Formats: sequence, C-alpha cells, structure tokens
Amino acid sequence: MRWMWIDRIVEHEPGARLVAVKNVSLAEEHIHDHFPGTPVMPGALLIEGVAQTSGIMVGAVNQFREKVILAKITKAMIERDALPGQTLRYTASLDRIDEAGAATTAAVELRTNEPDDDRWHAIGQVDLIFSHVDQNMSGLDFPEENFVFGENFRAILAASGLVPETV
Amino acid sequence: MTHDEIQAKIAEVLEEALGCDEDEIVPSASLTADLGAESIDFLDIVFQLEKTFSTDGAPFKIDQGELFPEGLMDNPEWVQDGTITDAGLAMLKERMPHVNFDGFDGTLSKVGDLITVGSLVDFVDRKLQAAAA
Repeated sequence: MRWMWIDRIVEHEPGARLVAVKNVSLAEEHIHDHFPGTPVMPGALLIEGVAQTSGIMVGAVNQFREKVILAKITKAMIERDALPGQTLRYTASLDRIDEAGAATTAAVELRTNEPDDDRWHAIGQVDLIFSHVDQNMSGLDFPEENFVFGENFRAILAASGLVPETV
Repeated sequence: MTHDEIQAKIAEVLEEALGCDEDEIVPSASLTADLGAESIDFLDIVFQLEKTFSTDGAPFKIDQGELFPEGLMDNPEWVQDGTITDAGLAMLKERMPHVNFDGFDGTLSKVGDLITVGSLVDFVDRKLQAAAA
C-alpha cells in the first residue's frame, strides 16, 4: 500500500488554494478492520489526506525546495463518516506563510454518489501548521534530499496532469 | 490599545494555541514550563498574534527570531558547555527587551522558559507603540 491519501488534484491557485479529491474504496485493506462489518474511512487518514493537500499547496509556493513537515493539527472537526463508494473533497487555503512555516485551513466535503444526491455536503474543517524543517528553531540538520516531496508525491501530480515545475 | 486589552487578546490566542485554561494564563506563567508550549507552538502563536494584531492599514509582522533569537548553539561566543556566556547574555538582553532575566542562571535549556505571558504582552505592546511612533 502506498501512503497516498488523495487521488487527484482538481484545482490549484498557486499560493492561495488547492483542491483534491479522495475516493473511499473497499479495496483499501485497513477499512475492513475499521470497523469489522462496518467499514468507515478512519478520521486520522482523512486528516492525512488534508495534510497532503495542504502540504502540496505550501510546497508549491517555494517550488518544492523546502521540506514541508506537518507540525501541528490546530483544529480538526469531522461531523460525518465517509463510507466506501463515497468521495471526499478537501479544499485547502493558505492562511499564512513565511521562512519558518505555514498555516492552512481546509474545508472537508463529502459526496455520497447516491443517484438522488449529487451535492457536496460540508462535513468538517481541518486547520494545520507546517514547518519548513530546515529552518527549525533547534538548528537540527536534515538530509539534503527532499524526502517530503518524493515518488508518491510526483505520482499524485502526474495523475492530476501536473508536473512539479508547473504547479 | 491598552496593556489590558493586549493581555486579553493574547490570553485568547494562548487558550486556542495551547489548549490551556483561562485561569492558568497569568503574567508570570512561562509558556513552556507552565503552559506546556513546545517549539512548534511558537510558530502557531506567532501566526495567531500577527492575525490578531494586524489591521487593514497596519500589518503586524513578527520576523523570524524577533520574539526568540535562533541559532544560539551555533555560536561559541554565546554558548559554551550548555551555558550562556556573558557576551551571550548581553546579546539576549539587547535582543529580548521584553524578557525579565532576573534570577536566570545562564542554562541554555532554560532560555525558552523565560518567555512568559507577561513578556509576550510586553513584546506586542512595544511593537505596537513603535509602529505608532
């Protein structure tokens, strides 16, 4: 299994907003244990999806030169379960960015994909803080290679018809 | 903005950022030692302070290292064997006029504890006054 919790980037306004979708699938192994007989997308992985959405938005600001690390979940509210066959949409907005890091907010919406319901339902909000880890206050050194924006990240961009240089 | 108004707004920021109770937020409370702030919380607090004290005509911007000097350990003139040197302490006092150094024994790991609720209020007050001057 690959650590990719969004399927496609559908909109990007550089330095302002990035929108991604995630299709919840019965093919995901973990969902059969969460919970046995009642598969539900785990909230922690939903937050990870928001973090990937928001993190790509933050990374794009500096052409992915910074190592953008999730540092703090400022706020996370999810009011409805996401079930197999449903689609999640994460709309991340850039609240603040400087040399040290960035603050983001994200709206979480759900489409049930039922025949009589084609609306996006607002189901929550996830606000995050990211650190540009090479600029950390403690002065620790990290590897030169940008381990954050690696192969999985490039695969997501490619699947969305984007390449890092143009995002 | 009065000192009390600044303190009230800072208390709101700290409640939100650190999840602490209102009655814990007293001027003498250390952000790290008493309120449980970790290094990354300072980034959150700085962002929240900028948002709280910015107005349309006057953005409130806190530069990196302004609230708390960084890279202390890299400089042997300032730190030796985990202790702040006299030159280091003089530098800190100059760059951190919002902090009370009374009773500080020079231990590097305790520098962060010097940032109190009161010093944060003083820091914002000084910046707002400087901007207004």
